[in-house]
Amino acid sequence: MDKLSKENKEYLIKRNTNEYEVVIGLEVHAQVLSESKLFSTSPTKFGSEPNTQVSLVDAAFPGMLPVINEFCIKQAIKTGIGLNAKINKKSIFDRKNYFYADLPQGYQISQYKNPIVGEGTVTLDLPNGEKKIGIERLHLEQDAGKSIHDIDPNNTLVDLNRSGVALMEIVSKPDLRSLDEVNSYIKKLRSIMRYLGTCDGNMQEGSLRADVNVSVRKKGSKELGTRCEIKNVNSIKFMQMAIDYEANRQVNVIEEGGSIDQETRLFDTKKNETRSMRSKEDAHDYRYFPDPDLLPLELDENFINDIKKNIPELPDEKKKRFIEKFKLSPYEANILVSDIDTSKYFEEVSKNSDVKLATNWITGELFALLNEKNLEITESPISSKNLSKLINLIKKGTISGKIAKTIFELMSDGDKDPEKIVEEKGLKQQSDPKELEKIIDKIISENPKNVELYKSGKDKLFGFFVGQVMKSSGGKANPQLVNEILKKKLN
Amino acid sequence: MSNIIDLKLFELVEKIKKKEISSQEVTKSFIDRSQKSKKLNSYITENFENALQKAKQFDEKPDFNKKLPGIPLAVKDLFCTKNIRTTAGSKILENFIPTYESTVTKNILNEGGIIIGKLNCDEFAMGSSNETSFFGNVQNPISENLVPGGSSGGSSSALAAKLTPATIGTDTGGSIRQPASFTGTVGLKPTYGSCSRYGIVAFASSLDQAGPMTQNVKDCALMLEVISSYDNKDSTSVDFKRGQYLKDLNENIKGKKIGIPKQYRVDGMPKEIDELWKKGMKIIENNGGEIIEINLPNTNYALPAYYIVAPAEASSNLARYDGVKYGFRSKGENLIDMYEKTRSEGFGDEVKRRIMIGTYVLSSGYYDAYYLKAQKVRRLIKNDFDEAYKKVDAILTPSTPSSAFKIGEKTNDPVSMYLNDIFTVPINLAGLPAISIPAGHDKSGYPLGLQVIGKAFDEQNILNIAYSIEKNINFKNNINDWWIN
Repeated sequence: MDKLSKENKEYLIKRNTNEYEVVIGLEVHAQVLSESKLFSTSPTKFGSEPNTQVSLVDAAFPGMLPVINEFCIKQAIKTGIGLNAKINKKSIFDRKNYFYADLPQGYQISQYKNPIVGEGTVTLDLPNGEKKIGIERLHLEQDAGKSIHDIDPNNTLVDLNRSGVALMEIVSKPDLRSLDEVNSYIKKLRSIMRYLGTCDGNMQEGSLRADVNVSVRKKGSKELGTRCEIKNVNSIKFMQMAIDYEANRQVNVIEEGGSIDQETRLFDTKKNETRSMRSKEDAHDYRYFPDPDLLPLELDENFINDIKKNIPELPDEKKKRFIEKFKLSPYEANILVSDIDTSKYFEEVSKNSDVKLATNWITGELFALLNEKNLEITESPISSKNLSKLINLIKKGTISGKIAKTIFELMSDGDKDPEKIVEEKGLKQQSDPKELEKIIDKIISENPKNVELYKSGKDKLFGFFVGQVMKSSGGKANPQLVNEILKKKLN
Repeated sequence: MSNIIDLKLFELVEKIKKKEISSQEVTKSFIDRSQKSKKLNSYITENFENALQKAKQFDEKPDFNKKLPGIPLAVKDLFCTKNIRTTAGSKILENFIPTYESTVTKNILNEGGIIIGKLNCDEFAMGSSNETSFFGNVQNPISENLVPGGSSGGSSSALAAKLTPATIGTDTGGSIRQPASFTGTVGLKPTYGSCSRYGIVAFASSLDQAGPMTQNVKDCALMLEVISSYDNKDSTSVDFKRGQYLKDLNENIKGKKIGIPKQYRVDGMPKEIDELWKKGMKIIENNGGEIIEINLPNTNYALPAYYIVAPAEASSNLARYDGVKYGFRSKGENLIDMYEKTRSEGFGDEVKRRIMIGTYVLSSGYYDAYYLKAQKVRRLIKNDFDEAYKKVDAILTPSTPSSAFKIGEKTNDPVSMYLNDIFTVPINLAGLPAISIPAGHDKSGYPLGLQVIGKAFDEQNILNIAYSIEKNINFKNNINDWWIN
């Protein structure tokens, strides 16, 4: 999968003489970052003891009524703005009726025909350029509780902590064509929501999961094939595996003269295959109708504008600014803006030091360090303040780039101040021409043979002299000055 | 003090405030009578001991600034009451004890009221005769084997029999006004959004509304003042300035224009009802009001629209009674089997009928033809009223097309049962306030009521009109305590 994602070539499935294009649409379920639930005041903290974050409303006791959490509405609007989407001034909460043990009301409050956010776009940054992916809609809905089947051998247990937590369902148009685009799309969505603070994007905790719609068609065909929906896939890797399996399965069916049935499928991560869950005929009739406990949600222009005014700079704008202001390459800018915490770190470092060096040190040494220690940038053992100090030491010529790498390693142990390390270990670069001259004179006088050979035309010996000076200075001599003085003395 | 039970609610309040009687005396009197009246089956759950204790506490530390100082009240068993069993008349909630208080009963408690028990009702308020209750039929104190109306049948029965000085019911399609009419009492359904629905077992959310049931209009004004409040726990609660209904109660209706909708003259309606209606008009004219014929052209479609919208909402509202979290649970082979057995055994026939109708009308392929169309009809009905209110201040109609019927008479004919709501249902669909007041008797001596319908949030106006009619119509309930040996 990794190989594929780096190549970013056209994703086609070949069988015999036929080439099939894969058409993908995603319904991403993003948990709204909010202290309390969509229609109740219960807390939403992940990982709490089962059934400790449950109000009478969440457990659907008789006579309990939902009350909209205004903060969640704002979060959805913010996200809509981040997706360049239309914010609908009137939206309606509907009931989606079905029975399940972890659905206490016997219905999920969702938005059906009138979602809070309409059409928008997300721009993907792909190696061969940008691609715009259409957003069909974003709507708010309640999450269900959790059925736990593996604790008690005879009973299914239900944990309602998640019951009623706000989700944003973000539905893309069927614009995605490859596994790379899926990867890029999910990452971009996640990035935008993290910039906005509307979803933490934590896939391990289930804050971000997706239903994947897949269909195939012969290359060049304009019509969409019949799609299958793969439910509830919770990592990008699994999405890619599921799509790859499913697309190949569909191609095989078609190649064998069969046709695709519209159905809902499940992805088995252990067997790496999708399995039919229910056919179109068995599809639930959810009997959607407007929830009579809630009035239509009407937003006023000012309410939306106030939110618009407070939208932070988003990755696309930030990227543009980094390219224009800092003269970064689009590639570098992408790396630095894709994650909000990385971009924050970069801006903190570059605010007080050289931008080019900051870019190189962050994307080079720092990323390598984080990777090696498996840390997020927010957990970086080297603070942005100390990294910018290090860069300034290099820039001022106080230390050489080589010494800087040594210092960087020392810094990572407890976020040490590089200036102090330089002082304590005496790593300051030797840049006093007089001092350097003394060393050089000594080296020249100690190696008369080589001096002669050099003067007779053996240019390669220059390196020998530099090496000797560096060695003699303990690596601290300013290489540029050494070069200059040596040249003067030897010529 | 054997005549305590004969006192009006407002008289009891006055006497307690003047310390002429104690809360304990009042509470004990109503409890004593309730205990002698088990034959009526008005109560589902008695809270007598606890109530007596509360009365004692009140007397020890009385607060006479309250609107219901130490007044004992029994309430419909659709209101969730903290630590008092709440069944909604259903087996599925037979042993359900809420840990919370409905806003309406909380308002009563906050004003010094004492809950003496929970009154019988049709299962989940679905019925017009109290015959669908899991806890059995309720007798109308007017005559043996007569239904008390429904769904607030336990409330109307207990009120008419003086087991409680006043009570509260809920009205989704007439469930306060029809039983009031059947028992010769007063019942008011407030404007949708006046009384909080928080903590009321839901039947049809867009129609349900709690309201007072009382012996007279003055008591009704007092009770409305207590229970009507804005509540941010109910998103459909409306934050309007509530009146001082009792203080502003006024029989002067001079210059008021009262509409008479010709569509409410239905075929087969007993002529006594028509006569009473005319009597009502006469009184209004005598008191300086003006009678104006109006047109409510879509009235005929109200009942069919109601029997689509209400079951649709109910089918979804009752999905939570699934045996998983609380209430009755039957054993099953697996989850689906448990659901089926729990709901088959836990719900009665009428509830099941409405769940099935509701499920059907919301089903894919039928939604537009039924539910959506019914909602459009609902809009037309509301428009009819809006149009009428350009010309009139209120509307006068009979409350029901007939008087109380015998127990068992209509149980096998749901449609004829549904027709009982023909005059009350349009008001719920339009979300308007309406009051039923006793106006006379039919030839069997059973009470009949008149309904005054108002503009939204204009409760004071209909209370005043009702007050004016009440003063001049000389109605007297003939109740001979036949159920007490």
